[in-house]
Amino acid sequence: MTIEELDQIAEAARAEYAKFDHEINVCMGTGCMSQHSDQLKDALAKQVEAQGKNAFVRRTGCMGLCAAGPLVLVDPEEILYQGVNEKNAEAIVNSLGGEPIKALQCDLRDHFDQQVHVVLENSGQIDPERIDDYIAREGYRALLIALSDMTPQGVIRQITESGLRGRGGGGYPTGLKWGTVSKAVGDIKYVICNGDEGDPGAFMDRSILESDPQRVLEGMAIAAYAVGASKGYIYVRAEYPLAVQRLQASLRDARRRGLLGNNIGNTPFNFDVEIRLGAGAFVCGEETALIGSIEGRRGTPKPRPPYPAVSGLWGKPTLINNVETFANIAPIIRKGGKWFGSMGSDRSKGTKVFALTGKIANTGLVEVPMGIKLREIIETIGGGVPDGRKFKAVQTGGPSGGCLPESMLDLGVSYDGLIKVGAMMGSGGMIVMDDTSCMVNVAKFFLEFVMTESCGKCIPCRAGTAQLHGLLAKICAGDGTMEDLTMIEELCDTVKSTSLCGLGQTAPNPVLSTLRYFRNEYIDHIEHKRCTAGACNMKPASQEVHA
Amino acid sequence: MPAFTPPPLPSDDKRWKIVNGTMRKNGFARHALIETLHTVQSSFGFLDDDAIRFVAKSLRVPLSQAYGVVTFYHYFSLKPPGKHTMTVCTGTACYIKGTDKLLASAEKHLKVSQGQTTPDGNISLAAARCVGACGRAPVVLVDGELVGKMTNEQMIEQLERWAVE
Repeated sequence: MTIEELDQIAEAARAEYAKFDHEINVCMGTGCMSQHSDQLKDALAKQVEAQGKNAFVRRTGCMGLCAAGPLVLVDPEEILYQGVNEKNAEAIVNSLGGEPIKALQCDLRDHFDQQVHVVLENSGQIDPERIDDYIAREGYRALLIALSDMTPQGVIRQITESGLRGRGGGGYPTGLKWGTVSKAVGDIKYVICNGDEGDPGAFMDRSILESDPQRVLEGMAIAAYAVGASKGYIYVRAEYPLAVQRLQASLRDARRRGLLGNNIGNTPFNFDVEIRLGAGAFVCGEETALIGSIEGRRGTPKPRPPYPAVSGLWGKPTLINNVETFANIAPIIRKGGKWFGSMGSDRSKGTKVFALTGKIANTGLVEVPMGIKLREIIETIGGGVPDGRKFKAVQTGGPSGGCLPESMLDLGVSYDGLIKVGAMMGSGGMIVMDDTSCMVNVAKFFLEFVMTESCGKCIPCRAGTAQLHGLLAKICAGDGTMEDLTMIEELCDTVKSTSLCGLGQTAPNPVLSTLRYFRNEYIDHIEHKRCTAGACNMKPASQEVHA
Repeated sequence: MPAFTPPPLPSDDKRWKIVNGTMRKNGFARHALIETLHTVQSSFGFLDDDAIRFVAKSLRVPLSQAYGVVTFYHYFSLKPPGKHTMTVCTGTACYIKGTDKLLASAEKHLKVSQGQTTPDGNISLAAARCVGACGRAPVVLVDGELVGKMTNEQMIEQLERWAVE
């Protein structure tokens, strides 16, 4: 495959679609599929045929606004319909070229206008199981450009210049990581894509893998070329069956097109990818645990150094990046590191995809430039807190992150900024809570999570999280004392400073951040035996009322 | 060294051939343990002692290690599932939207706790960590099929329908 051949495929695919007057894109991500958008697509196709319209009905990946699904986008008019079902198919097809159906139309300018799509530029636009759709949108161009016109060092230079940092949570500079792996000595090297999105409340990686799987494969291939690897693994959660199915189809197509396998782009470069299924362990998001899991063992972390970059999978130099990180690679190579670096804030470049959920009007997936204020994400893009309730907190970074109050909403989103205020970028889950959520209860929820997910290898995490959870449960039940609060703070410090891996080191964050910003709620529970949010059953009397 | 001969299949059950196929595809390599256990679980619904023994022996993995892996990962189950399964998502977004109450209500209705099956083997109640459909929270998997924006009434109705089947 050469660039000319790639251009021919792209041209042919575009010409194929140009024959149609209209394109009807039906979202078939997990969210919309749960409302039978597959049947909706069939119904639309049937109607197009019955009414003799010159339109193409396409399956696409996630369009972002999961709460309003199933979504249908009619092009070139760019009319977005929400909450569509099979019964609407006839009317939608009938309206092609005429007046849009007002009752179904979704008009959320604010939601879409504030967003900048880099990672999600193809999501909801292409059929994720058709490689030619991806190629028609400049897919695999970056890989072939890198192979024919750039040296591996040149690729790493572009990535370094872009300022891209790991999107999995840690925020380690990607270029630096690639440089280390490329310098490491080894007869064979590996590239691993971390798709073990264990953070409950985050679904960016699932959506990217479901909507634009080829882009992740292309990113991995470029990385492999840059660091000198020949074999790749994608580690995906078994809970994401649709993502796995689309990845399998994509691998098959990429091999058939000669974009994976031997002598890619008529060069000596060989690279192939295998899928590995996770088995439900949050700790496997930690890189050494993930490597253990691919090797067929229990996913328990190992002390670092040695870092995987030097000694990873089967003791060989291994590059591990997150799904979203790999999804950023192709556009950086295509448009240059400088272009990417021009977006975002000082030390956090580019864009970030967030899964915006909880008590918010427009739940779904959003992609925004780094540095944007939390308030803009929540109030403008997210549409604010619904049902006339009052905003209380936004939780970022999942079980490793923290809860931020109203007063922090004017903070710009960046890796370092969020850590400074006790939260964390994490993988990009953003959960909005209103005044019906009790912060002590939320801290207890996260501690219960890390307690069950702790692998048990090191004592501070195994025993510390269980003790913390017990103390929080005691406070929620109305039996807490001020001494308990002191003990919680001491324990948090111990667990944070002495745990082996990131899971334990960040486990106290939900407690620490709620103590920092919502200490009065803890005091209320302890001194006045009162839960203002009404989430905790404090007194036997109030339980009777509920029963 | 004499060539390794994998042990014979435990029974005539055709599903063992599928399991064996996964191992063969991976060249009976030790690192195929988790992949193979996934195949066993998807074919049989759970992992019993015979299955774990067979897989461990075929891949030349110590039984202790195989058992360790099975019990480490939440996805693997040592008990057969009920005829129907109600899985309540307990991810953060679902939790904020009240799946803790859904779960408690299902436990009360079925008189079993999460991770258990009703004594007649009809309904299993499970809790999932996060199925990644947070945009549709609260989410429940009804026999594996994802249902978003679930209400308590809807869920209890489904449980009652299963009970009288």
